[in-house]
Amino acid sequence: MAGELPFEKPLNELQRKIEELKKFGQESGIDFSDEINRMEERCKQLQEELYNELTPAQKMHLARHHGRPTSLDYIGEIFTDFIELHGDRLFADDLAIVGGLAKLNGVPVTVIGHQRGKDTKDNIARFFGSPHPEGFRKALRLMQQAHKFGRPIITFIDTKGAYPGNTAEERGQSEAIARNLREMAMFGVPIICVVIGEGGSGGALALGVGNRVLMLENAIYSVISPNGAASILWKDASRADEAAAVMKITAGDLMEFGIVEEIIEEPQGGAHRDLAAQSETIKEAIWRHLGELSKLSSEELIADRYNKFRKIGQYRAPKPEAELMVDEIESANV
Amino acid sequence: MFKDLFHKKKYATIPSGQPRTKPDIPEGLMSKCPKCGNIQFSKEIEKNLKVCPGCGHHFRLSAWERIAMTFDEGRLAEFDAEMESVDPLGFPGYANKLEAQKKSSGLKDAVITGEGTIGGLPVVAAFMTFDFFAGSMGSVVGEKITRAIEQAHAKKLPLIIFSTSSGARMQESILSLMQMAKTSAALAKFQGDGGLYISVMTDPTTGGVSASFAMLGDYNLAEPGALIGFAGRIVIEQTIRQKLPDNFQTAEFNLQHGQLDKVVHRKELKATLAKLLDMHSDKGGIINGG
Repeated sequence: MAGELPFEKPLNELQRKIEELKKFGQESGIDFSDEINRMEERCKQLQEELYNELTPAQKMHLARHHGRPTSLDYIGEIFTDFIELHGDRLFADDLAIVGGLAKLNGVPVTVIGHQRGKDTKDNIARFFGSPHPEGFRKALRLMQQAHKFGRPIITFIDTKGAYPGNTAEERGQSEAIARNLREMAMFGVPIICVVIGEGGSGGALALGVGNRVLMLENAIYSVISPNGAASILWKDASRADEAAAVMKITAGDLMEFGIVEEIIEEPQGGAHRDLAAQSETIKEAIWRHLGELSKLSSEELIADRYNKFRKIGQYRAPKPEAELMVDEIESANV
Repeated sequence: MFKDLFHKKKYATIPSGQPRTKPDIPEGLMSKCPKCGNIQFSKEIEKNLKVCPGCGHHFRLSAWERIAMTFDEGRLAEFDAEMESVDPLGFPGYANKLEAQKKSSGLKDAVITGEGTIGGLPVVAAFMTFDFFAGSMGSVVGEKITRAIEQAHAKKLPLIIFSTSSGARMQESILSLMQMAKTSAALAKFQGDGGLYISVMTDPTTGGVSASFAMLGDYNLAEPGALIGFAGRIVIEQTIRQKLPDNFQTAEFNLQHGQLDKVVHRKELKATLAKLLDMHSDKGGIINGG
């Protein structure tokens, strides 16, 4: 099977054997149905064992699977009437980010996402989904538009990170990311972000300041790629699997930290096994959250988003004095 | 002549009488400039605001050195002095490394925040320090900076952040990344209400810190020669397969490419800050409607 991941090998082998046996049975006229049934039973069991208990590293490999659906795949399935819009009006049109207008169940929205290429040529044109400043600035322009016209913003996060190049630095990679973080905090429209593949560092976060952050079951999201972490920790980038295990990069981890509101289930074996089904579950989740958020006013949306990010972080500190005083007054009243 | 080529000269060893001893110089008396290589009295460099008298190289300052140089009489009313990092991920080696960093630096984490005056004008400021965990931003740095922004907002005071950081702290992974969003959102509120924020980038300001609050000043200043950028030089060289010029990602490079308002020599820094503050103090308070 194309794009087979190492940990899937025993399963695929079994599936191949079943196919062979079926074929042989047909050709020879011998009845193997008992044998086949038994093998299929075993296959199902193996599938469950394999996919229900994926390690963080295995999820990382699924998130990076070359056949994994991209932003444009989902946009095509989830929305109608997509009109792609181009350019940052300052320098160029960065194809590592796509965006535009579309309708979700008939409601106009702005949709933006990182875009990996489908093949080598496409990947080169799209810088493997790693944006330059002009990409982040295009996204910002489209979000400002959405804010002006009162449209919800939906973003798809799928990047290894911002492009590490000299021209990106010259044009202000840091400033472009920083500005998006600040501006996204103040848009008075619902923002829903969906991590669909790999969420890598600042380049991912620059589309990630949402009222709701949803994450596909096998997607990952971290401050540095596990390969980068491995090269810092052990001076060996090839130990990414080990780094993935310690970095808490899975949807479940992020939900525990209060960063992700919902984990969106994937078809067994990963999103690439069934684009239509996956798109349907993503659509359902976006629509449901949008319904909740559309009850809030602009001010409430901004406050809701601010409070979400304001709370994130773990540290040890004595209670501020002001709070102590309130506590004392309250206990005095009791 | 030709034979000499194969003839190895022989040297005799003559004992010099006394064994050579190291010159008797106390540790730390002399300092070597990492840029021009000149060896000078540490005291001379210190008197010169830790700038090399020879080549003008700006040595890195600790937070407390910076505070002493910046605030009137070096006086700071510190915020959140007791806040400490925890190990939220159970990351291998993090807890031990934190303890070691605390011991070697005498600090609790990589930023000190508080209130003071510059040229008689009150400000809230954050002073990052490279000598704690390479100035990396985890939950504590993000939270202390966010609280400093909120203090400036509540007290209607200007805000100055002196940045020096290798970026987000890997050992707190996604929590570190989210501090970028948290601090930037707090700035959005503060600046949106008319708050004045001056960002001073010092060597080095990179990664998650340059890509959040450091680049968001109403005025972006930097010290000469400071390294400022998002991605690391080695990573970029591997990507583009070319050597980068020496001045790549320096303050001067950033100035040339439009990312900074001004590169300010350390000798001029306090006066420049005082002047900027003064030009925003006409309304009595700094914030609109204040």
